[in-house]
Amino acid sequence: MSFKVIFFANLREELGMESLDVSADGIKDIPALIEHLSVSHGDEWRATLTADNILVAVNQELTKDSLAINDGDEIAFFPPVTGG
Amino acid sequence: MEDGAQTKVQTSIVIQKAPFDMKVEYDALRSASLEVGAVTTFVGTVRDINDDDEVKTLHLEHYPGMTEKELAKILDEAAERWQIISATVIHRVGELFPGDEIVFVGIASRHRGDAFHSCEFVMDYLKTRATFWKKEKTADGDRWLSTRESDLEAAKSWQD
Repeated sequence: MSFKVIFFANLREELGMESLDVSADGIKDIPALIEHLSVSHGDEWRATLTADNILVAVNQELTKDSLAINDGDEIAFFPPVTGG
Repeated sequence: MEDGAQTKVQTSIVIQKAPFDMKVEYDALRSASLEVGAVTTFVGTVRDINDDDEVKTLHLEHYPGMTEKELAKILDEAAERWQIISATVIHRVGELFPGDEIVFVGIASRHRGDAFHSCEFVMDYLKTRATFWKKEKTADGDRWLSTRESDLEAAKSWQD
């Protein structure tokens, strides 16, 4: 399975990365993806990606009830929005 | 046509670095139809002071693709609630300075009530749902802004 993962605003700065491609088997939901990223990149990723208020979008739709992800999905992590 | 009946709304959603021209946007909203009887426009600008600190520059970023989709949904919701003939949202990104214009929302309707209410609704929802982020450069350093409670309350008030 492969996913495109994108970070915005302070998350991008804290993780020092704009986006990355993840290829791994058995990742079926967001918590599993965060676990995979934390093992690969370090525990500070877990803290950053599970911090209060962090929003997750799958294929450019905010996640609500379901955290399931599928092969080829684009997954974005970002803080609450502040436009306007 | 009876008031309240919906035809297709002419919408324009643009995210750009360049400034926008109010008159051009106003003319485009009006020219959608001779049924237009009311046009409201809102412009948000960069203030020089925020939370007591002097703002030198403002950096704005967005999530290309998702932002446009979310703005389209907001305009759709507005058109379900009010009679709208044409609607425009322009949001700037990149480096902005105090006094610069950031955002434009314009609505043309047959009557003023629909134009006034829907313009405020679109702006309130944009603030809390559209994927934009602001970072201020101040004398004390850079800081990402956090969502204001008053903005969340404003958006929530439309659900009551």
